[in-house]
Amino acid sequence: MSTRRYLISKILQALLTLVFVLAFNFFLFRGLGNPVELQSRGRGALTAEAIKEENHVLGLDLPLPQQFVHYMRETVTGHLGFTLGGDTVAEDIGVRIWPTVLLIGTSTIASILLGVYIGIVQGWRRGSKFDKSMLGVTLVLYAMPEFWFGLLMIMLFSVTLNIFPSGGMQTAATDLHGLTLWLDIGKHLALPFFVLTVSYLAEYSIIMRSSLMEVLTEDFVATARAKGVREKLVRRRHAVPNALLPTMTITILSLGYVLGGAIVIETIFSWPGLGNLTYGGIQARDNSLLQGLFLLFSAAVIVSNLVADLLYSYLDPRVRAA
Amino acid sequence: MATTPEPPPTALAATPTPKAIARRRRKESFLRMWNQYRRSPMGMIGLGLLAFFVLIAVFGPLMASHCDLSPLCHPTNRPIQPPTGQFWFGTDSQSRSVLSLTIWGTRISLIVGLAATLITVVLGAGIGLLAGYYGGWTEIILMRITDWFLVIPFLPLAIVLSIILKPSLGTVIFVIGVTSWPSTARVIRAQVLTVKTRTYVERARALGAGDWHMMTRHILPNVGPLIFANTILIVAVAILSEAVLSFLSLGPDPINNVSWGTILESAFDQGAAYSGYWWWIVAPGAAIVLLVLAFTMIGYALDDILNPKLRTR
Repeated sequence: MSTRRYLISKILQALLTLVFVLAFNFFLFRGLGNPVELQSRGRGALTAEAIKEENHVLGLDLPLPQQFVHYMRETVTGHLGFTLGGDTVAEDIGVRIWPTVLLIGTSTIASILLGVYIGIVQGWRRGSKFDKSMLGVTLVLYAMPEFWFGLLMIMLFSVTLNIFPSGGMQTAATDLHGLTLWLDIGKHLALPFFVLTVSYLAEYSIIMRSSLMEVLTEDFVATARAKGVREKLVRRRHAVPNALLPTMTITILSLGYVLGGAIVIETIFSWPGLGNLTYGGIQARDNSLLQGLFLLFSAAVIVSNLVADLLYSYLDPRVRAA
Repeated sequence: MATTPEPPPTALAATPTPKAIARRRRKESFLRMWNQYRRSPMGMIGLGLLAFFVLIAVFGPLMASHCDLSPLCHPTNRPIQPPTGQFWFGTDSQSRSVLSLTIWGTRISLIVGLAATLITVVLGAGIGLLAGYYGGWTEIILMRITDWFLVIPFLPLAIVLSIILKPSLGTVIFVIGVTSWPSTARVIRAQVLTVKTRTYVERARALGAGDWHMMTRHILPNVGPLIFANTILIVAVAILSEAVLSFLSLGPDPINNVSWGTILESAFDQGAAYSGYWWWIVAPGAAIVLLVLAFTMIGYALDDILNPKLRTR
């Protein structure tokens, strides 16, 4: 398959997946439940009259196919409806998206760098003391709910030691600018950043470790050693670059999983991002908001998967040939 | 194990019967596996931990009465009490013993973990089996759907589903079950594809075996061990998922169906972490870690045995 056909087929697949998610979302909220009933649940019963009118306003008395077309048009143009608070969903998401990008972005980068490094050291010296003890740590980290780890860290660093603030993104009622503002944000970011970084470290170190072990059995590594290439160079030039490829894809694929962690971590640290917005939406039973967030999270994962596929084909020509 | 061929289904009904042979063979292979498993320290520690929690779940009512879960049961208890000789893990904001809550929570956490896994495995193994066995359009369609579901991030989907279905014990089980099957389906399909090409499968086909017979007698018994190892790891994930959903107040009812996740939810709601009520948080969380650890350790140990590639290295 030529490169161009590969790219086109990948992009088409991503679009198809996106359409599926949109249709699935439509079905969930209109097939499984009635939006008016869902949205008004727990806020006193509506009269039959009011339900009818609300149905009419939302276009729910139209035939389903027509509703679907309408829904698709609205969603694709970014009209995600209104929150219970009366804002548009898109507005609310727009305000909250940057803190999340900051938190997930920095912690993911840090945990990939650290995790990959640890994985290299482990895989290179398989069975060493470091490898064995890291495997133990990895198992425990995997078994630990992120939010519980976060709560422990709050108790340790914010309550007992009082080093870092326990929540928020900025100190309240202060008027900071420039560098001092960023320092203040950094101080608030430190703890949730640390928790997320450590929580997902194991994810990457396990993959890198097994990927490197796999590569080490390949003939080209034996050849390099037979040629007399120094061990350090075997690792740096031959083994690690090849082991990085599968690690990279799986790393990007794990974004969906990291999003889940971000939702709970933002919640316990009151970080004003999308995760905290989700938690608020759950507490208020705000369906339009949750629906919008669900679409956004899914779309983010689909797009990053596409990026992974495209990057992979660029870095590893064998994929295109297959 | 996977490589031992089955007796042909049409074997003459002499003594011993084909069924008896199959049963003996299965017993032998089970014993062989157990002998290997016993040598894995990791697997044995995991099994010990699991046995501990199962005992607590079964005999919990002997250690802590159901009444302990009601805030009205012991009117003399004080709320938010640090650990003492009477309350090893202290009390919560409703004067309930955190130890009693954690003991009772074992049941719900285990039940949710196992029941959700059952749904996941039936769905995942069923779809994987059908796709792998029939191939063609069945496979293309089933795998496309699987891939779609694989992409949707778990927690946002679980949240949306729980909200639509109203949170309850049944909802948590259902939601975790129906959101976790895609990866199982992929693993099982891959294994079915390799089993399908074995000679004994071809022989059975040549002898005129039907689809149902082939799947239940030849394919399924041979992917069975893999399904089992996969299942163990899924239980671990399901228990963690229950904890997260309960923490987001989408779990079972926190008074009657206490789970470790709902204890942590109420602790968080009452600001336990910020007020330094550590005992309320440490015990249920540590229980989650230990039980999940138990399942992952067993899963890894089994994987070592069932995956010959890993064994030699």
